[in-house]
Amino acid sequence: MPAKYHIHVKPVPPRFTTPGKSTILDWGEGCLRCTTCVKQSCPYLAFKQRSFDDISLTDTIDAFCKNCYRCVQGCPRELVVKTANPQYAHLGDQYWTPEVIQVTWYQAETGKIPVSGAGYGGAFAGKGFDGIWTDMSEIVRPTRDGIHGREYISTVIDLGRKPLFLLFDENRNLVFTPPHRLEIPLPIILAEPSLGAGPRPVRQAVVSAAQRLGTLALLPRPHISADLKKFAPVMVPSYTADTLTLEDPLLPRVRLLELLDHPKVLEQVEEVKKRYPRIIISVKVPANGKVVNRVKELTEAGAEVIHLAASDEAQGLADAAHLHLKDLLRQCHQRLVEFHLRDTVTLLVSGGIALAEHIPKAIICGADGVIVDLPLLIALECRLCRNCVYGESCPVEMEHLNVKRGSQRLVNLLGAWNNQLLEVLGAMGLREVRRLRGEVGRAMFVEDLEREIFAPLFARPEGEALKREPT
Amino acid sequence: MKHLRNLAEKAEEALGLGWTPVRTPCRFRNPLSKYRVWRNEAKCIQCGKCVEVCPYGVHSKVGKFIKRPKSYLCLGPACEKNSFYCVANCPTGALRLRLNPVYHTLGDSRWTADLLLATWWMAEFGTLPYMDLEYRIGASGGGFDKLRFIFPPQIPDSKLSHEDISLELSLNQRNDGRPQLTLSVPWYSAGMSFGSISLNAMLSRLKSAVTYNTLMSTGEGGYPEILYPYDHYVVTQVATGLFGVREDTIQRVRMVEFKYAQGAKPGLGGHLLGDKVTEAVAHMRESVPGMALFSPFPFHSVYSVEDHKKHLDWIKEVNPRALVSVKVSTPTDVDMVAVGSFYAGAHVVQLDGSYGGTGAAPDIAKKNIAMPIEYAIPKVHQFLLHEGIRRQITLIASGGIRTAFDVAKAIALGADGVQIGTAELVALECLRCHQCESGRGCVRGIATTDPELTDMMTVDWGANRVRNMYHAWVWQLKEILRRLGLRSIRELVGRTDVLVHLDYYKLPVDDDLRRSG
Repeated sequence: MPAKYHIHVKPVPPRFTTPGKSTILDWGEGCLRCTTCVKQSCPYLAFKQRSFDDISLTDTIDAFCKNCYRCVQGCPRELVVKTANPQYAHLGDQYWTPEVIQVTWYQAETGKIPVSGAGYGGAFAGKGFDGIWTDMSEIVRPTRDGIHGREYISTVIDLGRKPLFLLFDENRNLVFTPPHRLEIPLPIILAEPSLGAGPRPVRQAVVSAAQRLGTLALLPRPHISADLKKFAPVMVPSYTADTLTLEDPLLPRVRLLELLDHPKVLEQVEEVKKRYPRIIISVKVPANGKVVNRVKELTEAGAEVIHLAASDEAQGLADAAHLHLKDLLRQCHQRLVEFHLRDTVTLLVSGGIALAEHIPKAIICGADGVIVDLPLLIALECRLCRNCVYGESCPVEMEHLNVKRGSQRLVNLLGAWNNQLLEVLGAMGLREVRRLRGEVGRAMFVEDLEREIFAPLFARPEGEALKREPT
Repeated sequence: MKHLRNLAEKAEEALGLGWTPVRTPCRFRNPLSKYRVWRNEAKCIQCGKCVEVCPYGVHSKVGKFIKRPKSYLCLGPACEKNSFYCVANCPTGALRLRLNPVYHTLGDSRWTADLLLATWWMAEFGTLPYMDLEYRIGASGGGFDKLRFIFPPQIPDSKLSHEDISLELSLNQRNDGRPQLTLSVPWYSAGMSFGSISLNAMLSRLKSAVTYNTLMSTGEGGYPEILYPYDHYVVTQVATGLFGVREDTIQRVRMVEFKYAQGAKPGLGGHLLGDKVTEAVAHMRESVPGMALFSPFPFHSVYSVEDHKKHLDWIKEVNPRALVSVKVSTPTDVDMVAVGSFYAGAHVVQLDGSYGGTGAAPDIAKKNIAMPIEYAIPKVHQFLLHEGIRRQITLIASGGIRTAFDVAKAIALGADGVQIGTAELVALECLRCHQCESGRGCVRGIATTDPELTDMMTVDWGANRVRNMYHAWVWQLKEILRRLGLRSIRELVGRTDVLVHLDYYKLPVDDDLRRSG
């Protein structure tokens, strides 16, 4: 058994005060100055720790408050009030909600799995990934002792073309050499986010985190500056049809490269392979309406790795914008299965992978691994205000990011994500993530449950229930 | 000890279901409220007009002084049309009525601010709130929150009164010679271990169970001696860690719960943080103080239905009068799991859905692993019917049962009864800050073993709060049955025809019991 893969997390406090979901307002006016003040007896010492943050010009109390309402309920003159925090509500957007951002920050800061008591408080189900529940098994499964002594669960995936079978000669030697493959210890590749102020330090942090995690970092080729060259083995330069030249000095040192899909992409792949046989080449296919056929076509023609690129909100692109990534992915996977091609190719997805649970869910829908971009920026304290897109200044001064601390925050996030992946795999009784790919039977889709369970019970002509006699 | 037990039983049982609510107010100085009545002290002339007009007791006087308004008793803006509306009556215009800013910060989709406030109201008064608080459903946008009862326009049996309606639930349907265990209400208290909640909280729940002739599960954390007088009402749990399980604890009770998984963290073991393992907890669990305790997952000795049967047989052998309940989570093949438990000899199959639970659990598990109980109940119910064994096993649902309406809906979907946990904690003034696990534990004195925090609550106060809530639930369940013309909760089992789902039913529907029917 190979050594257990372990991600070394280490707490890295945020550089800026994070806005709390709700905020404490306490009025000085009318205060009795009573000596038994609720502020002194705050169980979390929030009132003692609070200070004034001169960068964001806010009170830091909300960062310490844990919403026990003891002060609100204890003040003799009802002068302490909690109210919804507009700063919090303004974080992110519809998809990258304040909750997503907050939970990403927590993981980047601590490297821990988010744990809480008192049950689940969210919506019953939702669109996209929120309409999937993963399975668990009651008894038949590998044993696992809580968090300590967890049995070895492998999160390794292979990148590259796989032969469907091997052939041996009479001397039991392989008849042909299987194509070269690349192994990464977790089913996640990091990618440079498409936006953000201070791209230089962010890029460095991403690349250095990829190195420490043993995975790869995907960057557009023009963004790879000289100072990053030493990281060549962990970098995946991404080329468009016309930026790729065989003379690129980076090529002899990279292990994986990416080419944007175009009609003659396979010829280009061939050319590179001829010169550099050990490079694995991924073809990036936009998740538009033609993607299912295109993935099949490319696979048939011998593509090694296909990168399915959806929008930042995990939706399809162009004429497939109404479809969620999970559905496109399931269709691609299904098509490949029908043509007996699925096992030959590696399918990676990107776009809208926002939370730890999206990884097992994307894999269940048919991906081999995922490519993560925006969460990395959020882990570096981005608030997705998109000021940078409009050329305005970054509220968290991304350009002054300390690369070492930033890289540790990324490692923390991925460490927490990988642990959560292990929890999900463990609950299902799976010992390796490769077994999860396309296992829709180990998931429950809300539309299926509605159709199978609720529709037969409740879909009836309107008004009929009133007439129906008890049986 | 026996003497003590008899005494306790006599004293508590005498109360029975005829228990009258005892007003048990909030422990804190300022109860939280939906609306807030503000009085401008500078304008107020202490004339006492507001005290005179308000029939709800929002305004009160001590001697000459007007006390701060008790906002939580206020009817809200609906009062505007009343002649006694204090804001209009105040001669100096010193009063204002507003939505309380705190209201928007309370609760979440499953337990909305309304649901919390309504449950606190029931725990204080034992009645339904009279202001516009939604006491039936949350706002999760699916499952129970989209199901509604559809009552016949005319009550089928106009003579039917609450006294005629039975809420009894008998747990032994197997005819296997073991004693019958009949509860007076179709619910019992779900497992919460000593360690995860305080002894006071545990006793509060247990004493309410005694009053209402139902049960409380100890969870996996041993059987504290202080519960011995109430053995008759205790279910003890045998879970994977076997913490605090001894022959003696199994022999004390009428029902033993064999726990495979729990909805809060399906597929994961229990985890009690080191901070919570005090001397007393460690003693009970036969471990070391300060050391975090992990329950493994799954049972390391159960890999088949045969292994499962072996364990149930073992419990039955140790206690020949006990019933055995099997607690499982809700995987895709939950129906097969239920059948397996039947063949292994279980009297009760308890399905624990993924959205409930009280203990600390990874958020990823709570949200994403295993299916919600609303789907699992009909799936299992129908499968057991087809297998022809539905009548021989008791189906208990749990994990996300928040209100009396959830109880009734779960039963109409096919369960025989339910287990509740979070609702009782809310009655004890949990406000779901989700910080049960941090540091010394719950700062509202419920889910903690810290002596100082534990003392924030007395057992009498806690028991009365839970009893009051039970009282309000009993009334609601009986009222639902009365409006449907049913004489027993047994008749409601599997009656999905009395429910509509808003995704499929577009006519207006209102099942508010406060409207006369």
